[in-house]
Amino acid sequence: MGKTFQKPLALSDQVTHYCPGCTHGVIHRLVAEVIDELAIRDRTVGIAPVGCAVLMYNYFTFDFLEAAHGRAPAQATGIKRVRPDLVVFTYQGDGDLASIGMGEIVHAANRGEKITVIFVNNAVYGMTGGQMAPTTMPMQRTTTSPFGRRVEEVGMPIKMAELLAALQTPAYIARQTVIKPKFINKAKKSIKKAFEYQLAGKCFSFVEVVSTCPTNWGLTPVEAVRWAEETMLPYYQLGELKTPQ
Amino acid sequence: MGKVLMKGNEAIGEAAIRAGCLNYFAYPITPQSEVAEYLSRRLPEMGGVFLQGESEVAVSYMIFGAAAAGERVFTTSSSPGISLMSEAISYMAGAQCPAVIVNIMRGGPGLGGILPSQADYLQATKGIGHGDCRLLVLAPASVQEAVEMVMMAFPLAEKYRNPVMILGDGLIGQMMEPVEFPDHLRTTPSNKNDWAVNGMQTRKSDRRNLIRSLYLDPGQLNENNLILKAKYDRMKKEEVRCEAYNTDGDYRVLIVSYGTMSRVCRTAIDQLKEIGVEVGMIRPQTVFPFPEEAVEEAAGKKSCRAVASIEMSMGQMVEDVERAVKGKRPVKWYGKCGGDVPTPEEVMAFVKSLAD
Repeated sequence: MGKTFQKPLALSDQVTHYCPGCTHGVIHRLVAEVIDELAIRDRTVGIAPVGCAVLMYNYFTFDFLEAAHGRAPAQATGIKRVRPDLVVFTYQGDGDLASIGMGEIVHAANRGEKITVIFVNNAVYGMTGGQMAPTTMPMQRTTTSPFGRRVEEVGMPIKMAELLAALQTPAYIARQTVIKPKFINKAKKSIKKAFEYQLAGKCFSFVEVVSTCPTNWGLTPVEAVRWAEETMLPYYQLGELKTPQ
Repeated sequence: MGKVLMKGNEAIGEAAIRAGCLNYFAYPITPQSEVAEYLSRRLPEMGGVFLQGESEVAVSYMIFGAAAAGERVFTTSSSPGISLMSEAISYMAGAQCPAVIVNIMRGGPGLGGILPSQADYLQATKGIGHGDCRLLVLAPASVQEAVEMVMMAFPLAEKYRNPVMILGDGLIGQMMEPVEFPDHLRTTPSNKNDWAVNGMQTRKSDRRNLIRSLYLDPGQLNENNLILKAKYDRMKKEEVRCEAYNTDGDYRVLIVSYGTMSRVCRTAIDQLKEIGVEVGMIRPQTVFPFPEEAVEEAAGKKSCRAVASIEMSMGQMVEDVERAVKGKRPVKWYGKCGGDVPTPEEVMAFVKSLAD
């Protein structure tokens, strides 16, 4: 009997710097498995964000470009427009994509750039130490909302998948999670579809992944999963929001 | 091909194509929007890439992406737009990605005005972005020279793996002049397979490429920045360009002036000659690196009493001129910075006051 399970070729041997209970590692693995299954490692360029995943290029074995905060979709646009034969994806957090990078993501989606965006939403700025993000839940405490997010002052959390799905340009827009094993296969399916739409030259593709940040939420990994399930999932509902015709 | 009459902005767009650059991203801003208008028709014809981005910020990162993928790429903008691009320019310098950025300057600060200006001199030469970053900056004085500098800029950007800026005042973009596109300046993009993120398949290699400007280890960041410094020092040795005018005789005043302003100064110098006042001029064609030696030598001539930095800004070049002159002669400033170009008569009156 041969090998039935192994580390994806697209992943390197490096130990990650992520905290216990963080879901970046799982999402990295799903992206790597999809890249292996589609056999596109040799022509893929990843764009690493500013945020906790800034060093993600250390964990993958193909070309990477480092982004400035929020600008990854513009950089991906530049690469894809001049080299349409390459597979280009960005991997961005919620402070990056939904705050400073709102302009770049909306316009890249609206132009229908043939790129894939993996959007990791953990309702907080992780790398800078747990500040409030546009996706922070109402009354959620962060280091810059010590009394909880007051929606009357800063508004409701932004639902990025819904916002992008409202654009008239055809796109693949989905929201999944990896907080429990039962969700992981669905998340992988969406990520694979997203890359397949790009390979077919069909449309912009975007997968939001609801994630945990036990460190900045001040919870244990187990509590963090429960909090995400009880607080985030009712608001950030899972599923495919838009598929191209 | 002979000479054709073209507007500066259109000639700049055509020059990039002739230089082998078929990728252009831009955002409209007066007084350079004609470049985008021209290329929106011309590039599709050539099978190139034209894209109007949602902001100068986005555009600057689009060119960063295209440059990182190893393709020749350029953008054009004007002063406030360049401020918005300065973040990406710093990232590109840090990550060692070549690209060409054209700044057709308008008045500032803030929204300023839309008329010609040279008020981004300090920004271009000393403060283009955060961190230890520098650009090679070429300053054309005619539409023909703008064409040649754009064509030269691409191989220079590739030679140094650093962004190169064309710093032109609004008149360079707006005026029409006869131009030709010299064949000898056509170049082929250099091979970038050793560093570009163009896919391992493209370069038939198992080694992946990584483009970044983040070095969390202070030793590594220091090492990276020393590599950058070595390039800037090499530019100072190899890329200084300037033109001397009327410097053979015994002149009483030396003008240092660049861009359109230097052409007005030429007229003033010719007219002063007719009334027996000799004035010389050094015209920097690169403002970074600045032609220090040429200015020092010309200012040091026995007959020379004073040096005039004449520019369409509030004396931004004066400190470079002073540094070159090293205190041997007084350095005075004359210019305007609201969008009016000083007339030859105004320049003559000022220079004559220094000569007397």
